[in-house]
This record gives sequence, structure tokens and C-alpha cells, in this order.
Amino acid sequence: MKLDAKIPEGSLDQKWTQYKSRVPLVSPANKRKLEVIVVGSGLAGASAAASLGELGYQVKCFTFHDSPRRAHSIAAQGGINAAKNYMNDGDSVYRLFYDTIKGGDYRAREANVYRLAEVSNAIIDQAVAQGVPFAREYGGLLENRSFGGVQVSRTFYARGQTGQQLLIGAYQALSRQISLGTVKMYNRHEMLDLVVVDGKARGIIARNLITGAVERYAAHCVVLATGGYGNVFYLSTNAMGCNATAIWKAVRNGAFLGNPCFTQIHPTCIPVSGDYQSKLTLMSESLRNDGRVWVPARKEDAEAIRRRQKSANDIPEDQRDYFLERRYPAFGNLVPRDVASRAAKVECDKGLGVSPTGLAVFLDFGAAIRRYGKSKASVAGKAQPDEATIEKLGREVIAEKYGNLFEMYEKITGENPYNTPMMIYPAVHYTMGGLWVDYNLETNIPGLFAIGEANFSDHGANRLGASALMQGLADGYFVLPYTIGHFLSGEIRTPAIDPASPQFEEAEQKCKMRIEQLLQTRGHQSVESFHRKLGKIMWDHCGMSRNLQGLQSAREAIRNLRSEFWKDVFVPGRADEFNPELEKAGRVADFLELGELMVVDAMHRNESCGGHFREEHQTGEGETLRDDQQFNYVAAWAWPDLDREPELTREPLNYEYVKIATRSYK
Amino acid sequence: MELQLKIWRQKKADSPGGFEVYRVKANEHMSFLEMLDVLNEQLIAERKEPVAFDHDCREGICGACSMVINGRPHGPNQGTTTCQLHMRFFKDGDVITVEPFQARAFPVIKDLVVDRSSFDRIIQAGGYISVNTGQPVDGNAIAIERDTASMAFDAAACIGCGACVAACPNGSAMLFVAAKVSHLGLLPQGKIEQDGRVQKMVAQMDEEGFGNCSNVAACEAECPKQISVSNIARLNRALIAASFQSS
Ligand SMILES: Cc1cc2nc3c(=O)[nH]c(=O)nc-3n(C[C@H](O)[C@H](O)[C@H](O)COP(=O)(O)OP(=O)(O)OC[C@H]3O[C@@H](n4cnc5c(N)ncnc54)[C@H](O)[C@@H]3O)c2cc1C
Ligand code: SF4
Ligand code: FES
Repeated sequence: MKLDAKIPEGSLDQKWTQYKSRVPLVSPANKRKLEVIVVGSGLAGASAAASLGELGYQVKCFTFHDSPRRAHSIAAQGGINAAKNYMNDGDSVYRLFYDTIKGGDYRAREANVYRLAEVSNAIIDQAVAQGVPFAREYGGLLENRSFGGVQVSRTFYARGQTGQQLLIGAYQALSRQISLGTVKMYNRHEMLDLVVVDGKARGIIARNLITGAVERYAAHCVVLATGGYGNVFYLSTNAMGCNATAIWKAVRNGAFLGNPCFTQIHPTCIPVSGDYQSKLTLMSESLRNDGRVWVPARKEDAEAIRRRQKSANDIPEDQRDYFLERRYPAFGNLVPRDVASRAAKVECDKGLGVSPTGLAVFLDFGAAIRRYGKSKASVAGKAQPDEATIEKLGREVIAEKYGNLFEMYEKITGENPYNTPMMIYPAVHYTMGGLWVDYNLETNIPGLFAIGEANFSDHGANRLGASALMQGLADGYFVLPYTIGHFLSGEIRTPAIDPASPQFEEAEQKCKMRIEQLLQTRGHQSVESFHRKLGKIMWDHCGMSRNLQGLQSAREAIRNLRSEFWKDVFVPGRADEFNPELEKAGRVADFLELGELMVVDAMHRNESCGGHFREEHQTGEGETLRDDQQFNYVAAWAWPDLDREPELTREPLNYEYVKIATRSYK
Repeated sequence: MELQLKIWRQKKADSPGGFEVYRVKANEHMSFLEMLDVLNEQLIAERKEPVAFDHDCREGICGACSMVINGRPHGPNQGTTTCQLHMRFFKDGDVITVEPFQARAFPVIKDLVVDRSSFDRIIQAGGYISVNTGQPVDGNAIAIERDTASMAFDAAACIGCGACVAACPNGSAMLFVAAKVSHLGLLPQGKIEQDGRVQKMVAQMDEEGFGNCSNVAACEAECPKQISVSNIARLNRALIAASFQSS
């Protein structure tokens, strides 16, 4: 099959404008007759459902959470990018576009990324109008900060809770549509399957999580906004409920999964501390604006710290290796995530790690505290402040900027990061891979759309910080409401879809049978134990660095684990009741399939790019080595039948505007 | 450390519930929910039903986790959600009582899980600014004083967990409503609809079966985001202003 990305003609900066004026419209009278299912109420889903409701479509929105406000987007900390150039530091739409393409190591589609940069500014305006309390300067105007991989300040933020505030904005817009009756909300409903009728996506099967009832929902088209699948690794910064079921069921119904192996490992997370651990906690990238990353230069010091005979403060300045500043002087601590993560791993692998497990590096605010303290003292008219005053004033500034993150760190570790540097280590954070979509955000199944982290579209092989919130909201507020018309304008004569059709019947039976199978296996191992084992395989062999041999063994191991799961899993309780273990079982069963496809993709991509680091392909200095001759494409995988090999379709990437080059942050 | 847990078990909304006692081994690095994970794995190994509880982010931001620990919503620590509570605050041999949030407007679904959709309906009644996608002016067109933005933020930090309701002897949702009314009403964008918003949200709160506020302030003490009761005063002023407007 040939994939058509449906990129409009015209010059890069005119494509979207021209598209918008040419895309067929749906009249208000017809909109009222067209039904849309949106699965997910995170930033992408809530913004899409609200905007489509405002336009007059009849929307049904689903979430497995007890309220749309709890979606995982709520946890985003650091900020959201936009090309406003409010700082007058040389930013522009083109620069945001270019940074994103380069940050993604030249594996994203130019036209989509340019559009993303173009609509970024409108997101900020929208959020401000909804009442999102962004940080402001003393003059009352919006404040910005920097994130990794860029040399401008274009990140808007609301303390360390940007995702929360943006989601509440979208949630309130959604709530307004719910009260107006344009959106019907289904909380605690989990999509279990997609229903395709005559080649088009026409509905879903969902389980009411309170009663356990398996129900049918029909619509003219289906939008998946179900987030990322980082939890395939068991331990990640994602919320516990994040899962791949919706997109995976789409794949099993014929949708293509784009670049599934592209995973983001975030450099600044609180390190693993024990094997009971259920999740990892992110310390926002914004901290790298002021925090300096280091390890002791000498192994003896690292060992003494690990044995708790020395502390970070005992290591003098000249015995510290600020390895990011040393290796990447141009970007320093603000190199992109994949680069920072690998660099930390290299130091720990050398035996320089600083936690008892040896898997941690320092993130140190000492210098920033002194710098801010001095400047604050001088503003206050103190010409010769003493050390204690500087320290006190500096801490106040840091507290104002990152207070909630410092508190969170202390709550978890029991250590005060104002006194000693934080300890951090990379952890799974985000999945750049996702459902393959064209310029319309439509998958290869007509009428099936994917937005937000659930699609593969804009971040290539590595996402830049503060760009996921931007993409989710761009998709939901400003892109999908136009592009969905491309499909729906052809459906105005289609009457309401009938959920009594045989396709719905068949899908419903399939879901019920699977639930029965999970409950009746009655083996001896818990769902959790399978999830942990899968996570370990994925982290060891398909994580921060990968090689052919490891990937081969991982594939074998996952297949064995999957067959063991279906023979020996134990799921307590019944189908017709509130049963969280049953929910988890279904999700883990899907991860056990998806994980294998990720490994297959990682095995096939015989190059290194962005977060995908194949040990066989690196420069002398340990940087990623791309192979543009062979791999300058999106890998779109089909795997409808697990008994056969997954099938690869390539979407070649044509760089017309950006000159493809070696990514350098030196 | 070894703990004794007295946990409320209830099969369904309309079935009777009661406490059951369990023993569990934990260590001080675990979070409270990780300790419950250990208990649940233990129960599953004994082929018993695990304890149902709501949770998701485990970082204190989604508002899903919700239990009452030793009589206090979200447990003993100030400004801390259950998921952020760590076992180093307990000691070997402790007996810990765990119950669901109790309020007329929060019916139990199962064990420690309650239905808080009444909060959603209060927001739907008016907890928003009426602006369609694509309408707004430039984000910097209206300057907002830094302190005002910061105060609005303090109120907007509410995570919708419902601890304020569970803490209140009257089961009132005033702190939750007041937080939203303050967040939006303090901002120039939200001022325009403030009168109607306050009236509609309060009316919905009453309809959902939440109790009246009698200034006990237990809500503030138990709120994991330390939302101040001064927001309730602001809400009351806004209510009076709104009733003047309409009369
Ligand atoms: C800790 C953390 C911090 C982050 N910080 C930042 C940041 O500062 N800046 C940034 O740009 N990005 C950040 N990110 C990334 C960003 O938060 C996410 O990529 C983004 O919020 C995803 O939004 P979404 O709408 O696509 O999905 P989500 O917010 O994950 O929403 C998914 C929705 O789908 C629903 N759902 C899923 N499956 C089903 C199903 N089968 N049936 C029914 N409903 C379903 C869920 O209930 C939920 O409503 C961060 C991520 C993490 C983990
Ligand atoms: S006011 Fe506090 S206690 Fe009440 S819902 Fe909000 S965060 Fe929870
Ligand atoms: S689980 Fe999200 S706040 Fe506790």
C-alpha cells in the first residue's frame, strides 16, 4: 500500500492558509446531523471536543477517568512553546519550525511541523482568554523561559503546573459545551475496540467501568486522543492509567503505527529507589534553566558519595565535572533530552554515579542561588551583601520559580534540595511514535483521526520540551476542527450510523470474549507481575540504548511472556462490576503485543537518530549517527494478524526547506 | 515495618460495608499507595479481591486519590495528597484506619472509590469563561497585574479532589466553589460573567446535596493545595453583589 500524506501544494508558509480557504465546509444545518466520537479528554481530546461542539457537531466524548479534568495532561509541569517573540530575542515561526525539525533529528514531516509553529501563537491567546493564569512580568505582560534544544525564550508557563492550568482551561471549555448539550460526556468509560463499517471508522465499543456493561457507540467518525504508551516500560513518568489500548485496537483493525520505537527518555527524573516502586516522578526540564548537571570528576569521590561518606557539598568546584557544559558548550545544560539522557548514562556507566544504586547524577542550584541572590540584593540597594543574605535572597527567587518542584522532590526523597543538589536519572517519559496520520490528522482508516500524543506526527525521533502541550492543543483547537471537515463534508448524506449492524455486534462479542478469557484463565501470576517483567525487558533492550542482539532476545522474551500471560494470569472479580484489576489486565495484554512491535521497529531501523540510539551506529564521540540514505522515512507498521510478521510501509520524508544536516549542539 | 490496616470494604453503592483488618509489611521509602499496592498483591496471591481505590498521577496533581486516613482526608500531613504521603511518617506496629471520603454528594462506588461527578456538574453550571476557539485577542492585549495573576493562580491550583467536602462536618463544597469563583473572578477576562457564574454554581452546589458552610474552616486545614478560606469570603461578597445586581 502506498501512503499518501496529503500534503497540500504551495510554498511551506502558504500551505495551511491555502488549505483552510479551500477545504470543503459543512453547513451549520448539516453539522447538527453529524456525530463525532472523541476518545480522550486530555489537552488534545478536551480541546477538540469543545471546539467541535462549538462548531455545532454532535460530540460524544469518552474518558476512563472519573472526570475529564484528571487526564494525564494535568501532570505536565514546565510549559508550552509559542513563537510569539514577546522577548524580542529573534524568535519566529520559522525558527520554532526549524528547532523542532532539528530537535527531532530530521525524522518529522516538514508541512505538519510548520503548521504547528504557525498555530502556536493562537494557543496562548486562547488560553489567556479562558483564564489560564500564566506567569507574568512586573509590567503585567506574559513571561517566558527557555527549554532544551533552543537558544530563545519561548516557553510560557504557569508556575510548575502548566499542564494543569491548560487542562483546566480546556476542561472548562468542554464543560460549557456539555452544559449547552453539544457534547455528551461519558466518564469512567473505557474504549475496548474500534468499529469499522465498509472501510470507515464508525464507532467504538466501550465498557462502563462502574457497571461493567459492554456498550456500543456509533458516529460518523472517530477521533482518538488517548495519549502516549510510555507505560509499556512499566516504570515511567506517565500516570498509572496511561495505556495503549485505544490506538492498539486501531492497529488491530488495520491502522498503521508510525515509528513505534521512538521513545523519549527524560534526563531529569527522581531515580528508582526500590523494587516496590510504581512510577517515576519527573523533575521538569525548566530546572535546567538554572540547575547545573554534574558528577564528581574522580571515581573515589563518587564511591564515597555512594557509601554516604561524603556529600555533594564536600566536592570542591575543581573536582566536579559539569559534563554537559564540557561536552556541549553552545547549549550547555539545555541540550535536548535525548542528548542529556545519554550523557548521564555514559557518566554512570563509567562508575561516576552518585546514588546508592550508582544510577544518578547531580542537578545543582548552588550557582543560581548565588547569582539571583546577588542581583536581588543589588536591586534592594545592598551594595555589599553578606553570604547569608545572598543565600537567603537567592533561595527566595528559586522558590518562586520552582517551589512546587522542590517541594515535590522533598516529599518523595525526604531530602531538601535547597541544601544539597537534587539527584536525578533518566526515565521513560513520552512516546513520539503513535498512529500514523496524514496532513488531515487522519489515519489510513478513513474517518479515524488521531491527535495529541496518540499520533506520531510532529516530533520526529525526539520531542523538544514544552512542545507536547503545544501539539496537543494545536491539534485539538486549531487543526482538527478544520481538517475533520475534509472527511465529514463527504458524509452529509449519511444517516445516523446504526449500532445494531453486524459489525458492531461482532466487535461487541469479541470484547466480551476477551474479558471472559482474562477472568477464566485463573492462573497464578498477577497482572502487575507480568507488567513488571515486560517493563524490564523493554527498558533493558529497547530503552536508552539498543543493539541488534539485545533486540532479538527481547522479541523472543516478549513473545514467551505473552503466551505465559494467557496461560497463567490471575484476574480476580467479575465482569459485571467495578473491577480495576480487569481494566489493568486488558491494558497489559495490549502492551504485550505493542511491545513486540516496538522492538521490531527498533530492530529494523538500523541507524541511530534522536532517542533511538543503536549502539552499532555512533560517532567517535558517542553521538547518534543517522543513515539518511536508507532511513529518511517514517516507518508505518501494519499488524492486523499476530500470527504473521508485521508489515512495513515507508513514507519518505522530503526536506524541501530545511537542509538536512548533522545535529550538533556543540 | 509491619502495619495493621483497618480498611472500609463495600461491594457496591447499595450494599452494606464494614471494616476488615489486614497486616502488611512496608518500608519507609514507599508511598502510602505503594503500600496499598503491596497489600493488593498479597490479597491477589491469596485469591481474594484487592481493595479498590482511585489514583492516577501519584504526584499530587490529578486529584484522583481520595481516602480518609486515620480520620483525616489525605492523611496526617498538611498540604499533601494521599499519593504523596510517604511511609516514613508511620512507624512499625501502627494501626491505620482507611475509609472513603464520606458525603451525601459523594456516593460510594466500591471500597474507597466514591463518585465525585457532582463537582463536574458544578463547573458545567458556570465555572468557565464563555469564549469560543479562535475568538480571542492577543495574549498580551490585556496586561494583568502580577500579584492578581498570582492570586488567581493560588485559587486555580485546586485539584478537585473533594477533601474539603470530606473534611466538612456539613459536607459543604464551598471551598471548591469559592476556589473556582476566585480564580475566574479575579481575572479581567472572567469578571464579565462573574455575577451569573456565582449564582449558578451555588445553586448547582445546593442541588447536588452539599451542605451549607458554617465557617468551621476544616476544609482549609485538610486541603492538599492549601486553598485559603479567604476565597469563601470572596465568594460570599460576590454572591451579595450578584443578588444586588439581579434585584
Ligand atoms: C510528568 C510529565 C510532565 C510533562 N510536562 C510537559 C511539559 O511541561 N510540556 C509539554 O509540552 N509536555 C509535557 N509533558 C507531555 C504532555 O503532558 C503529554 O504529552 C500530553 O499532555 C498528552 O496529552 P494528550 O491529550 O495527548 O493525552 P492525555 O492527557 O494522556 O489524555 C488521554 C485521555 O485519553 C483517555 N483515554 C485513554 N485511553 C482510553 C480508552 N481506552 N478509553 C477511554 N478513554 C481513554 C484518558 O482518560 C485521557 O482523558 C509531560 C508529561 C509528563 C508525563
Ligand atoms: S479546594 Fe482543596 S480540598 Fe477542595 S477540591 Fe480543591 S484541592 Fe481538593
Ligand atoms: S493520584 Fe493524582 S493526586 Fe493523588
